[in-house]
Amino acid sequence: MNRHPFWNDLKRYRVILLMLTPAVLFYVLFAYIPMAGIIIAFKHYDYAGGIFGSAWNGLDNFRFFFESGDAWRVTRNTALYNIAFIVVNNALQIAAAIVLFEVGGKWFRKIAQSAMFLPYFISWVVVGAIAYNLLNYDIGTVNALLRGLGLEPVDIYNTPAYWPYILVLVSAWKGLGYGTVMYLAAIAGIDTEMYEAAEIDGANIFQRVAKVTIPNLYPTVIILVLLAVGNIFRGDFGMFYNMIGNNGLLFSATDVIDTFVFRSLITSNDIGMSAAAGMFQSVLGFATIMAVNYSVRRYDKDRALF
Amino acid sequence: MKQLDRKLFAGIGYVYVVLLAILCVIPFVLVVSSSLTEETKITLDGYQFLPTAFSTEAYSILFKYPDEMIHAYTVTIGVTLAGTLLGLFLTSMTAYALSRKDFKWRNQFSFFFFFTTLFSGGLVPWYLLIVNYLHLKDTPLALVIPMVLNVFYIIVMKSFMGSIPEAIVESAKIDGAGDFLIYARLILPLSKPALATIGLFLALAYWNDWYNALLFVSDDKLMPLQYYLYKMLGNMDGMRKAMMGAGAVVTTSIPTESLKMAMTVVATGPILLAYPFVQRYFVQGLTIGAVKG
Repeated sequence: MNRHPFWNDLKRYRVILLMLTPAVLFYVLFAYIPMAGIIIAFKHYDYAGGIFGSAWNGLDNFRFFFESGDAWRVTRNTALYNIAFIVVNNALQIAAAIVLFEVGGKWFRKIAQSAMFLPYFISWVVVGAIAYNLLNYDIGTVNALLRGLGLEPVDIYNTPAYWPYILVLVSAWKGLGYGTVMYLAAIAGIDTEMYEAAEIDGANIFQRVAKVTIPNLYPTVIILVLLAVGNIFRGDFGMFYNMIGNNGLLFSATDVIDTFVFRSLITSNDIGMSAAAGMFQSVLGFATIMAVNYSVRRYDKDRALF
Repeated sequence: MKQLDRKLFAGIGYVYVVLLAILCVIPFVLVVSSSLTEETKITLDGYQFLPTAFSTEAYSILFKYPDEMIHAYTVTIGVTLAGTLLGLFLTSMTAYALSRKDFKWRNQFSFFFFFTTLFSGGLVPWYLLIVNYLHLKDTPLALVIPMVLNVFYIIVMKSFMGSIPEAIVESAKIDGAGDFLIYARLILPLSKPALATIGLFLALAYWNDWYNALLFVSDDKLMPLQYYLYKMLGNMDGMRKAMMGAGAVVTTSIPTESLKMAMTVVATGPILLAYPFVQRYFVQGLTIGAVKG
């Protein structure tokens, strides 16, 4: 019985370890092995050699990615879209949550919340169908309205300049309910004594919202924004792909890293360059999360993600 | 004074929320209305919020040759059921192991899982692994496996199970129950609210999934509903052919525009029907999670 303590632990926890095995295998197979497979970014891929047998080609894939000019365009688009989404979505959601908390009865709140949560439940394919329905040049509702008013119709699917606004709107539309529910829960958790104290001090409702509700939301806002900032180089593939698809006319304004990687892999079959772009994204994303987390830790340990 | 500021706030608030709520719902009205509008009217005046020229032609064509749609439905239902059940089992079992406070290596294992959310190899190695090494392309597994586990759900489940009093586990141990038995007989029944919520999140993700099909399915027999819709929307000629292949005669008379919208309605219908009943579980799920790694 005087074996190494490790073996005793192994025996003691054998059932728990067995229960963890499927998940561990899953993440080894689908997360950690692909991490090792990232070396494909430094290789010239050929099917016979596969990931580990193909010949090395140094930084050629990266050079190609950066010299094509795509790297800057897709990185800039990804970051700028995500910043716009974070600002607009959070502002709309917080405002909606505050209003729902302060105004109206149970039924109003229920119906409004149900309506706002609805878009969260449909697939991006359906969102793409709705967008087509609204924005199509010949039969889209927007252009039908414009024609009805005697105005010139606009060729939205051929004009990149409209798309930043459209995509910000679509993102806000789809995420509104989710965020509102989240913030509503945070507001409901605020100590009611604070409201009563504000009331006694003669604060009107606007002052109360500004001085009590919003400051009490900061912890929630910080966590949610941090999570989002950590993902600032991850584009929402489902949205961009279903809204724009392979419409190359719009790529200057709409191509993000994820759509670029997907096209390079599936459409042009440029595996090395696609992997290089993907690795660039992963490393950039990892550095961002670490930096964000580090600075939050320094400022307030409890609010850091890890 | 007091009354005035409340009235002003309520006024602005109502306008704001009602406007947002209408904006969220109106696109659905547009789709349903378009699916019920005569094709000639659509090509003439565009999609309308109210069906000015009412017609159910799109639906009658859709239901006249429903084979492909029914097949896509079958695939989606099968994948959703299999994925949700397997996902719930694996998520809860993993979360239970991690929630056991007497388990010495729980932090190490938690980090092992959590790290995958911080860094990844990207799309390409993952794709090559699944297609060239595991040979899952054009198999149902390619639609089920990639989404079956999610670190976020494991964390939510773990924090829920962590709130179950430890005395329950202790007393069961004294009675001689093994770890798996404690999980299956005690912890699972007590975790019903979390299971319901995460089950619905999983089911929604599987129902709405088209991405894995886009990557891994080229065989028409394996097309799930959303991917089928995606293909049809992008490919009017394909739709005409599909209808022709199914026996429709005159190609020019197929109302493609209203048919697109009818397909969208039929593909989204079950979600909209289930929505009033399941919404509260999603709200619950969002409010359970004080998520920390």
